[in-house]
Amino acid sequence: MMRHRLPLSRLPRRGAHPIRTAVFSLLGMTALAAISAQAQTTTVVPPDAKAARQAQPWTQIPIPPLPAFHPEPPKRVELKNGVIILLEEDHELPFISGTIDIRGGSRDVPAAKVGLIGLYGETWRTSGTTTQDGDKLDDLLEAKAAKVETGGDIDSTSVSWSCLTKDEDQVFGIAVDVLEHPAFNDQKLQLAKQQAVAGIVRRNDDVEEVAQREATKLVFGADSPYAREPEIATVMSVTVDDLKAWHAKTVAPNNIIISVEGDFDSATMEKKLREAFESLPRGAASPKPGGEFAGPKPGVYFVNKEDVNQSNVWIVGLGTDRRNPDFYALAVMNEIFSGGFGSRLFQQVRTKMGLAYSVSGGYGASYDHPGMFYTTALTKSPTTVTATKAMLDEINDLKTKPFTDAELTSAKDQLLNSFIFRYDSKEKVLTEATTLEFYGYPPDFLEKYRAAVEAVTTADLERVAKKYIDPSKLAVLVVGNESQLGTPLTELNMGQPHPIDITIPMPAGMRQQMGPGN
Amino acid sequence: MRFLSAAHGFARVAALGTCLAIVGPAAKLAWSQGHASPDQASPDQANPGRFLADFNKRVTTKVLPNGLTLILCERPEAPVFSYFTIVDAGDANDPGGQSGIAHMFEHLAFKGTKDIGTTDYAAEKIALDKVEDAYAAYDTEYRKRVGRDEAKLKQLHDAFLDAQKDAEQYVIPNEFTEIADANGASGLNAETSLDATQYFWSMPANRLQLWAYMESDRIANPVPREFYKERDVVMEERRMRVDSNPIGRMVEQFLAAAYVAHPYHRPNVGWESELSQITATEAAAFHKIYYVPANITIAVVGDVKPGDMAMFEKYFGTIPAGPKPEEMTTVEPPQTAEKSVVIKEPTQPLYLEGYHRPDYRDPDDAVYDAIQDIFSNGRTSRLYRSLVRDQQIAAQAEGFSGFPGDKYPGLFAFFAVPDQGHTPQEMRAAIHKEIDKLKAADVSDEELAMFKTRARADLLRGLGDNEGLAQQLAIYQLRYGDWRELFNQLQKIDSVTKADIRRVANKVFVDTNRTYAMVEFEAPKPSAQQQSQAGAQ
Repeated sequence: MMRHRLPLSRLPRRGAHPIRTAVFSLLGMTALAAISAQAQTTTVVPPDAKAARQAQPWTQIPIPPLPAFHPEPPKRVELKNGVIILLEEDHELPFISGTIDIRGGSRDVPAAKVGLIGLYGETWRTSGTTTQDGDKLDDLLEAKAAKVETGGDIDSTSVSWSCLTKDEDQVFGIAVDVLEHPAFNDQKLQLAKQQAVAGIVRRNDDVEEVAQREATKLVFGADSPYAREPEIATVMSVTVDDLKAWHAKTVAPNNIIISVEGDFDSATMEKKLREAFESLPRGAASPKPGGEFAGPKPGVYFVNKEDVNQSNVWIVGLGTDRRNPDFYALAVMNEIFSGGFGSRLFQQVRTKMGLAYSVSGGYGASYDHPGMFYTTALTKSPTTVTATKAMLDEINDLKTKPFTDAELTSAKDQLLNSFIFRYDSKEKVLTEATTLEFYGYPPDFLEKYRAAVEAVTTADLERVAKKYIDPSKLAVLVVGNESQLGTPLTELNMGQPHPIDITIPMPAGMRQQMGPGN
Repeated sequence: MRFLSAAHGFARVAALGTCLAIVGPAAKLAWSQGHASPDQASPDQANPGRFLADFNKRVTTKVLPNGLTLILCERPEAPVFSYFTIVDAGDANDPGGQSGIAHMFEHLAFKGTKDIGTTDYAAEKIALDKVEDAYAAYDTEYRKRVGRDEAKLKQLHDAFLDAQKDAEQYVIPNEFTEIADANGASGLNAETSLDATQYFWSMPANRLQLWAYMESDRIANPVPREFYKERDVVMEERRMRVDSNPIGRMVEQFLAAAYVAHPYHRPNVGWESELSQITATEAAAFHKIYYVPANITIAVVGDVKPGDMAMFEKYFGTIPAGPKPEEMTTVEPPQTAEKSVVIKEPTQPLYLEGYHRPDYRDPDDAVYDAIQDIFSNGRTSRLYRSLVRDQQIAAQAEGFSGFPGDKYPGLFAFFAVPDQGHTPQEMRAAIHKEIDKLKAADVSDEELAMFKTRARADLLRGLGDNEGLAQQLAIYQLRYGDWRELFNQLQKIDSVTKADIRRVANKVFVDTNRTYAMVEFEAPKPSAQQQSQAGAQ
């Protein structure tokens, strides 16, 4: 379940194919900000000079009250066998789309089989069903501009479908067939493996991917279910039986949430879903997430990349989860720290110092485990130490530089005035409800969030900054070109840098073909 | 969209040339996807003709006396709106020696105006003029080919830094974005391609007038404050996108080889030497020529009413008129021989090739879309089935039209990522085999029908989204002089025949019209390895 973003989780989504991601950004368009998640926010520290300034015509522009807007929450149905159904009608266009989310994902896979979920998510659909092969399904669905897809994530797998209203019965039927009668054939598994391996051997070519991956490992531990990476050996060890066993273990009604949005009548849709799923027998419940979260071993870590002229700097520690009552105060603190163009971090490192184009950060909060506290910037090799120091200063300032009323007002304005964009479409309303359902949060979490943010004071900010921001527990990661750094990393006064070896473990046969992993 | 296949995603993005597509809703509506086709066999519910009638009632357009085009589209699903401003000038319009200036100006457009972002504009103006004078003096000395005086250069640079510092005292940094954000702006960003510059965000509906004030003010009265700091920021953007990225390096060299005369040969972020010497004075000159109302189209979609047009006119009508910029004279001459770029470096192999094609106004434009769809759209596509599924030599293989742009004649390009153990040469051979097939035999009825059906559905899917709709309406209005072309393209799509596809393939996909680039793995040189003290690579 990574379809939704709240302000405490600004990390760009992982899992996008590194090659594609890189190409996208290089096909000839530059942008004001690196990713929209960073750009979507904020407010600024209004300088003291503001008091004695020229006229501000925009303050004279009337802002009428926003019309009341309370979109209908999805209809929720719970079947006797535990299936949860969420239905959101939307008749604007003649389309229907739905997702069947199933608990259990890559964090629940044994260490020797890391990569299994990616292979499962791919092979599940490409293999097709016991009666319709995957290639034929492709022809059938594409001819209708329809999709049935499967996928896997850190904590869930899914079957989803999308089609014109007129094709719903047939396309939904295929989705259910995929869920209940998957074929998992070995040929498609081999194809998926080959693609996975292609991704692994290329994973050091994109320096931003290297940095994000290694930063995550520092925080959670290299072997943690939240950080570990598929290796050629673990991918190659996965068998069709592994896929079938995973399917048998997880696809049980009591692990399933079905969300459907679009051009249908809820009563009719409910009836159809009941008919399809009501008779499924219960299975074993998905295990609750556990794990230990110690945070990084403080110090400076370095990855040398000789083909870059810019350093990726990450300063990282452990974050929190959203059940923490301080989540709201931390959300406001995040806005002030790194929320956007006017935030302290952006203002200093990008605007005033001109040291970076891409700069972001935040005290991250996940739904059912601690997120990551991170501050990151990309700066030219010779200014690596200068930029890192500036970033560390901003982190330290959270504890020492008082939060002003103006900062608080600005941050709240930003969070609250843009709040409507959390639920301004039926699709967003449904996605939010599904996410809360999946993690067992109350359905009014978003409403409470608004009220809680409104109540945050500067005293709250000061308190949470003191409680959660501890520079002595942070690790600094630099991925850059050592020969260009100029100022050595020891100037950060955090000890000798620990080199990180990112060599890709490669079976002997492949090493012959490829040369060393680079 | 939830169900975008990754392969198709590449094609879409390439067609529009946008990097934000990977994160923003813009991905929903790429340029080449705005086509659709009436499907004789389908019932009325999926017929875009029905939607055109509906849109005729919901859309109001107006060309203001100063030449600016405004489009307003009612979509009152929620009390919010999205806007999309497109300036018909991109980095293809950068004057000689100033590559990257259109993009540089885009950054400046967030630095505020005479009212926003300053404590005292009158005093700041004087200080900014001094910055320009000081920079010009430094720059003149810096560029001297003979007799440059290093001591004087340093002195001039110090004087420039002092002038810059003096001007900074009036700045309220990032106030423009601060106002937008504090008023609930969502998805605030801007993009520059070789073809155009575009600005966009969404806001709660009660901020419509505030938006009109801000957008019109920054078009009319941008102030190049903090220019040289921002230039440093953009230099970092170049390092990120091009210098430190293997695909970025390859694409830059590929385009430089593919085009000899037309400015599509330059990176839109600019060459390092030129970007690093752009001045605020030059950026202001660019603004004066290209940011005239006659060169700008703005679409607003959401909880707006035709009556809002009068308010828009009040703000946007005050932007001073100017002559529409001259059209470019340069036309890329026909290519007469195959060209190549071979990069050997310690990166995994890649392959890219391209063939010159006409611009988007060509009568065969929809035929190129058909070829793109048949080659690249999802798991039914020819390149996926051939290179990825059956031969198992590529992790990814796609063909896409309109790269690096389509306002001027662009390329139909092919990109392939070899599987582990396979080479760029194998990609090249396999792609050429597929091209030859397309030239020698008709596509199937099913392939052609699939293209038309998907194009129509993609158009419809895009209609339920303020941001994407604003983008589409603005782009179609600009490109065709009428937003209705978004729907009318259906006829062109529907009239594509198998014979058209073969004819175009035989015309365009010829050896002498081809440029290719490949990256071949080469182990790092030992001397470089020895320098590395911190971890083996």
